[in-house]
Amino acid sequence: MRTISEIENEIIDDFALFDTWEEKYQYIIEIGQKLKPLAVEFKIDENKIKGCQSSVWLTANENNGIIEFFADSDSVFVKGEIALLMEVLSNQSPEAIVNTELGFIDQIGLRSHMAQTRANGLAAMIKQMKLYAVGFQHKNV
Amino acid sequence: MEQPLVKNAFDVLEVRKDFPILSELPYGKPLVYFDNAATSQKPQVVIDALVNYYTHYNANVHRGVHFLSQKASDAFDGVREKVRGFINAASEREIIFVRGTTEGVNLVAATYGRKNIRQGDTILVSAMEHHANIVPWQLLCEEKGARLNVIPMNDQGELVLDTLDKLLNDNCKFVAVSHTANSLGTINPIKEIIAKSHSKNIPVLVDGAQAVAHDEVDVQDLDCDFFVFSAHKMLGPTGIGAVYGKLHLLEEMPPYHGGGEMIKSVSFKGTTWNDVPYKFEAGTPNIADVIAMGAAIDYWNTIDRSGAHEQEAELLNYCTTLLADIPSVRIIGTAKNKASVISFIVDKVNAMDVGMFLDTKGIAVRTGQHCAEPVMDWFGIPGTIRASFMFYNTKEEIDFFIEQLKKAIQLLAV
Repeated sequence: MRTISEIENEIIDDFALFDTWEEKYQYIIEIGQKLKPLAVEFKIDENKIKGCQSSVWLTANENNGIIEFFADSDSVFVKGEIALLMEVLSNQSPEAIVNTELGFIDQIGLRSHMAQTRANGLAAMIKQMKLYAVGFQHKNV
Repeated sequence: MEQPLVKNAFDVLEVRKDFPILSELPYGKPLVYFDNAATSQKPQVVIDALVNYYTHYNANVHRGVHFLSQKASDAFDGVREKVRGFINAASEREIIFVRGTTEGVNLVAATYGRKNIRQGDTILVSAMEHHANIVPWQLLCEEKGARLNVIPMNDQGELVLDTLDKLLNDNCKFVAVSHTANSLGTINPIKEIIAKSHSKNIPVLVDGAQAVAHDEVDVQDLDCDFFVFSAHKMLGPTGIGAVYGKLHLLEEMPPYHGGGEMIKSVSFKGTTWNDVPYKFEAGTPNIADVIAMGAAIDYWNTIDRSGAHEQEAELLNYCTTLLADIPSVRIIGTAKNKASVISFIVDKVNAMDVGMFLDTKGIAVRTGQHCAEPVMDWFGIPGTIRASFMFYNTKEEIDFFIEQLKKAIQLLAV
């Protein structure tokens, strides 16, 4: 199993291929379009993340100490962001998720193009993923 | 008085040279600035006014006996007359400097409102107000046990005045309505609303934040009791604006903030207030921005305003036509009388995604609720994409915007 920081480094390497914000935007859109849509029964208020300008739904499963995330959004760009987060944080242990710092967002130059509201939305998504991890951690104690 | 030099015919390419920022290259691409309803760009003369003040005569006003203070005071005091002329107030004493529209509404709510609104009264606003002309009145209502009433609007985003007579009942003690709605661009029949309100002796505040940037305003002709606006939407700096109030109303109003400048004499037994308008201007004023607001007004006086107005009308018309040709686009706010603001949504495409796509091409638009959540709720939409034009924008920019919008739709449709 690859560690969170190994996956982060791969994403950073991927983004290093792009010089401009335009290329990065297109790439994130592509990733977003590939994200498997969330089944309708999960698109409920309970799974909605507060603090996002667009609607984001997030849910998670835990199997043998490994967490898997499922998410969707009405914004393709946000889907791209959350797909990146899922790539990093899915299939990890609750402990690894709770303890990670996630440096790749700054390093791929995403945050510098974000309005405050969007940055808050991204922060809210990460927080919610960590909350799931904390929840599963306690369940297993 | 020396007549300002008015350029002969309106020449957009010539005018664009006055705005240095229009040559900026975000991501190496020519800037297309269509977020003018959020804030306008500034001509060089406004930027120079700020730099000149800080470089050559920065000093506090009305306090020093020295050369710089005199010069700063003269420049500062002169702007009150310029603002008076800009909105055609009867007297410069009717002009109060504030931080902007938001503070202006708060000032009137906190002074006139606190003194005159009582339990059981109603304050009337419109369905298309932005938050700045809703929340201060809600705070006042909460404090006084008063109630907020709303003039409704129709599907085109026009106010429905059929019910106005009923809303202007005996309980109604104040009306606060925007001249031009920032989210939809609707220009409201403000004169009619004022006349009807006055026939019931109800005073009216006009939120002129958008209007001053697009139309010549005459507060005496409107006969409004209060008019508030920000400099930054009309080519001036941020952090400064003005409240116009009819003199007899201002004289009866209690002060706003306490401090220096707003007092005549201070003792621990009691304090007497300075005259209007100083009574409302506690502390050291925003000298630099007041002076730069004056420079913005001077600039307005040098351009062909009817030509500028025609240019904006043409841009609005042109863009509306091109947008209407895109099947998935729905324009939100189709009032007959509109300022150069277009809000729209795209079927199956998220507004923010479009805004970010356009940003990568150097195009600046606004997406979201435009500080007017109730307006979005009324239309049952989470937000819009808004393109807002100023006279310095061009049809070529609109062509590029439409071309890129089509690409965005193709890329982003789900």
